[in-house]
Amino acid sequence: MAIIDTNVYLSRWPFRRLYGDEPRELMAKLRQAGVAQAWAGSFDALLHNDLGAVNARLAADCRQHGDGLLMPFGCVNPKLPDWKEELRRCLVEHRMNGIRLHPNFHGYRLDDPAFRELLALAAERGIAVQIAAMMEDERTVHPLVRVTMADLKPLPAAVAAVKGLRLQLMNYRGVTPAFMKELTAAGEVYVDFAMIEGVHGLKRLSADVTPGRVVFGSYFPFYYHEAAALKVKEAELSVDTMAANARKLLGAVR
Amino acid sequence: MRIWDLHCHPQGFGGRTPEESMAEVVRLMDRMGIERACVYLGSLQHYDPNPEQLREHNNFILRCVQHFGHRVFGFAYVNPNYVAESLAEIDRCIRDGPMVGIKLWVARRCSDPAIDPIIERAASLKAVIFQHTWIKTTGNLPGESTPMDLAALAARFPQTPIICGHTGAQWELGIRAVRASRNVSVDLAGSDPTSGFTEMAVRELGAERVIWGSDAGGRSLGSQLAKVLGARLPEAAKQLILADNLHRMMKPVLAAKGMRV
Repeated sequence: MAIIDTNVYLSRWPFRRLYGDEPRELMAKLRQAGVAQAWAGSFDALLHNDLGAVNARLAADCRQHGDGLLMPFGCVNPKLPDWKEELRRCLVEHRMNGIRLHPNFHGYRLDDPAFRELLALAAERGIAVQIAAMMEDERTVHPLVRVTMADLKPLPAAVAAVKGLRLQLMNYRGVTPAFMKELTAAGEVYVDFAMIEGVHGLKRLSADVTPGRVVFGSYFPFYYHEAAALKVKEAELSVDTMAANARKLLGAVR
Repeated sequence: MRIWDLHCHPQGFGGRTPEESMAEVVRLMDRMGIERACVYLGSLQHYDPNPEQLREHNNFILRCVQHFGHRVFGFAYVNPNYVAESLAEIDRCIRDGPMVGIKLWVARRCSDPAIDPIIERAASLKAVIFQHTWIKTTGNLPGESTPMDLAALAARFPQTPIICGHTGAQWELGIRAVRASRNVSVDLAGSDPTSGFTEMAVRELGAERVIWGSDAGGRSLGSQLAKVLGARLPEAAKQLILADNLHRMMKPVLAAKGMRV
């Protein structure tokens, strides 16, 4: 059993210190949990405007501490000036295999032309795109930073418009089975389940999108890492299938 | 490790009848290694149930307990807006029936002394007292208690053990709010499995005042178990949280009812 955890973060959550927000702790936990590969974004990407520095630190941390296990997913904000240079650096300088977007923290809609252009460029360059729709239950967020979940309604059309795109939706909840079917039918879209709740939540999700579209995502260190594996156990699903899906998402299996 | 679930809603598991719901509850309890569960609220549709609806909820739970009493404990749903009828439900379900606790939800804030006769009656029967609490950035329901409300209630009944449901969900605030209320234990259920929750609860309250619950079926048993199984705590503390504290709290009512567990 080899877990590919597609939803891990480095650096500091702005509102709380977390066990695992130091790379050494994070690596120890991932190894203990049987994670063979982890795709890491940076919490700094949420609020820092200098994403160039954020992505450079992320790449360096993964290289220095990752021992081949951590794979950096840099962040691009298509509403920032000269954002294409950010994408270029992710691809050329840091040799990243994917990028992680935070449309809710960065304040753009998924029908924004700049977002669509970014998807098209990512597809053209053959990298995976992750979209984190939210970062925390909106009922428990800090009252001064009330960032709500991105509106996902435009996403199926955005995906359908870009040939060759490989995309993962992560950190979302409250979407209907009909929407999930529409989204995954629109293109090569995968979903994680870090924020999926309910005793049948993951099992239903897997039935809605088919087991071939579900990837393992823990949202560690914000969540206890054990939550994801225990959900898989509860749903009687296979982490091996999820790992195979993750490899397809990454473009490693064509 | 022995695991008892303080906080379970059978109707959230599906099924057309209490028996069908409970069959699924027990299947998943077995899968996740849970020995016992406290069940309450027949459905989640009534924020301010009238007396007839209260009886309906509790009849659902009575059927759960009747057929699966070897795995679950029933709590009676009561409403401080209907004190006389709630007292009657406590008598029917606990004094004269198989239930062992009460569940207070969101009909009226527990800082309101109108609730006091209900607490007194439950305490006289040694029943477990569970009060839902949340602190919502988006705003609580009008009758929805916070842990601060619960601390006010606990101060009026300093000798009565009371459980702070969800720890307010914003647990960094909820733990602080009840920290000085030595008769209050906190319930870990029904919020996201955010790292650090259980460790802070143990650090500030002591492991003896922390009780694991899931809030399933609305929550995943797995996500909620992770709050304890993933916490950086000694195994002995985890065992207290996962079952022993709840068992200890229940001993008086179980003994009063002649139930040996």
